[in-house]
Amino acid sequence: MNRIYLDHAATSPVHPEVVEAFAGALGTVYGNPSSIHSSGRTARKALDDARRVFAESINAGDAEIIITSGGTEADNLAIFGTAAKKQGKHIITSAIEHHAVLHACAKLEREGYEVTYLPVDVNGRVEAEDVKKALRDDTILVTVMLGNNEVGTMQPIAEIGELLKGTDVTFHTDAVQAYGILPIDVETLNVDLLSVSAHKLNGPKGIGFLYQRKGTQLAPQLIGGEQERKRRAGTENVPGVIAFAKAVAISLEEKEEKWALYNGFKEMFKAILEGEGVNFYENGSHQMPHILNLSIPGIDIESFLVNLDLAGISASSGSACTAGSIDPSHVLVAMYGEKAEQSRNSIRFSFGIGLTEQDIIQAAEKTAQISKRLALK
Amino acid sequence: MIYLDNSATTKPKKEILETFVKANEQFYGNPASLHQMGNAAEDLLEKARAQIADLLHMKHVVFTSGGTEANNLAILGAAYRYQQRGKHIITAVTEHPSVLNSLKVLEEQGFEITRLSVDRTGDISIDELKSALRNDTILVSLMHVNNEIGTIHPIADIARLLKNGRTLFHVDAVQSIGKLVFDKTAMPDLLSMSAHKIHGLKGSGVLAFNDVELKAIQFGGGQEAGLRSGTVSVPHAAALAKALRLAEANPMYEKWNNDLRNFLGNYSDVMVVSPIGGASHILSVAAKGLKGEILVSGLQKEGIVVSTSSACSSKSSETSHVIEAIRLPRAYKDGVIRISFGTFTTKKDIQHFKKAFERVYRLIKGA
Repeated sequence: MNRIYLDHAATSPVHPEVVEAFAGALGTVYGNPSSIHSSGRTARKALDDARRVFAESINAGDAEIIITSGGTEADNLAIFGTAAKKQGKHIITSAIEHHAVLHACAKLEREGYEVTYLPVDVNGRVEAEDVKKALRDDTILVTVMLGNNEVGTMQPIAEIGELLKGTDVTFHTDAVQAYGILPIDVETLNVDLLSVSAHKLNGPKGIGFLYQRKGTQLAPQLIGGEQERKRRAGTENVPGVIAFAKAVAISLEEKEEKWALYNGFKEMFKAILEGEGVNFYENGSHQMPHILNLSIPGIDIESFLVNLDLAGISASSGSACTAGSIDPSHVLVAMYGEKAEQSRNSIRFSFGIGLTEQDIIQAAEKTAQISKRLALK
Repeated sequence: MIYLDNSATTKPKKEILETFVKANEQFYGNPASLHQMGNAAEDLLEKARAQIADLLHMKHVVFTSGGTEANNLAILGAAYRYQQRGKHIITAVTEHPSVLNSLKVLEEQGFEITRLSVDRTGDISIDELKSALRNDTILVSLMHVNNEIGTIHPIADIARLLKNGRTLFHVDAVQSIGKLVFDKTAMPDLLSMSAHKIHGLKGSGVLAFNDVELKAIQFGGGQEAGLRSGTVSVPHAAALAKALRLAEANPMYEKWNNDLRNFLGNYSDVMVVSPIGGASHILSVAAKGLKGEILVSGLQKEGIVVSTSSACSSKSSETSHVIEAIRLPRAYKDGVIRISFGTFTTKKDIQHFKKAFERVYRLIKGA
């Protein structure tokens, strides 16, 4: 059976050219970039070149990029690193952040920090005005994601950045789900810290970066050698970085094309469901094109997903990280409330490379069949 | 080019690359996903985990981004979990910076750290360790093989010593995995390793442990039983298992080590730094009155890659903490180079090295 993978927001297949770049680098650029000999210098050069690709992709300087083991580490570094450096014990975040942000904030709460969790509207969007209201004299950090991983809603980061401009508050955005999809310019967004992960844009797992605006204070979290300008210890994963840079280059090239393609997929998917008479509605607004989150009233989501999977379609409820639990997604609860039915019957389809219109048609038709079958019970 | 800097990092083996590439192509699902793609990835992940645990003679395995993170997690994770019992930790002055600097962080937070001194061979004294142990000692952290000079700590003896007490034993085995044989009956409670030191991939390591609870140091989706959040890279895990399966002690290392030890020891102004009986894949020597960097770059011109004391400290101009700790005579301190063997090292490489060293050394000395 030809499987149709519609869970690109959980993780994405590595682009064949990226695999090639990775394999090539593993065999040739294997030196330790801290070594002073030629193998080390070759690795250092490759690392610097890749760093430039990351920096340019968000209009930052090379020295402002800290390479990490992924999005979670980047988020943790942003939050713990800021908390450790700054005076003040108040942090502002939103209720719909990724757990890498929420659980880091929860840990700080246990240590005596105060965290304000901003609510979202029914579309999963934070109000910039709410950030302003929540600000206090002892606020050290605002962390709000750029694009939500479950419902795809984009947040008003530039607006929040604008109102924090000129204050001492550090502004972090988790761009893991938006990077490679949205154009990102750290100057336009006015962010101080920004997290990115490679495996969401067809790069390898186990690699990511944190943008740190020059002058923004940050205490290192991984402790050891003096790599990454003393901001992140551990031998640099040079082949991984080279592969990541390749993935970034490809995604930048194809960004506009993808935007149109995925929007088309989304419209087509919905049109087919409508045509088949499926009763559904779409969660979120201001969306990134690769995420389609639907609520289908009257179905049991667990058996729905199992049926879809048996039919060869990989999708998810909520995010992969919370998928294992039957608890409703914290994002949908924030949007609709604990008791609302929408919090329990939503499903996320997310698009990425390799998908054809034919795949989308097939997936939508199967989704329609299964919805109708399960709704009858 | 002849690569003799395998303690800094190694060239990946082809079979390991193949495993990695194949896993990326076929098992790209997120192991936390419930669908078939996720399940397939999870199955592979668990298979790799079980194999690694088995090969390391340890019960549990958590995947990390490398040796540094494994050491950080072992030390910070154990300290935060067991701080109610006590706040005293013992280590040695010659440990890797990922251990020493983690302990420095704990020290700033009110923990008390005893740093055992070492003798001229880089070894600690068991008696000194015994007398440093206190009721509130929660952890002893020692490396198995020193990355700069190859000293082997008697970890099985120490594991036995600590076995019935309440003190946990962590071993940084980054330099010994795949090279030394472990005593299955006397394993430590926590063991760190890194894939790229055994011809695997960078960005990939493991913290293995037995009956120990740990506090997480990275937070998020709760992967790895809550111990290490972040999407697990299944391809890295599979490649690490493969690297461990393929790793084997090479009996030639000892021969080459002795050969070079005799050869270099015959130069009147060269001193062998690595102790006799140390790990055979590492040979550290020092030239009197010379800078290690000069030798490194001289050998480089001959196509031979070695390093000064270690990659991590090779950039800073200060003398390495290990070289300071073993009290190397002052005239030799700046002249240390480290030669380290790996799977791809051949007898021919050793012969080339000898010839090249002769030429380079004469050239430098003659000038």
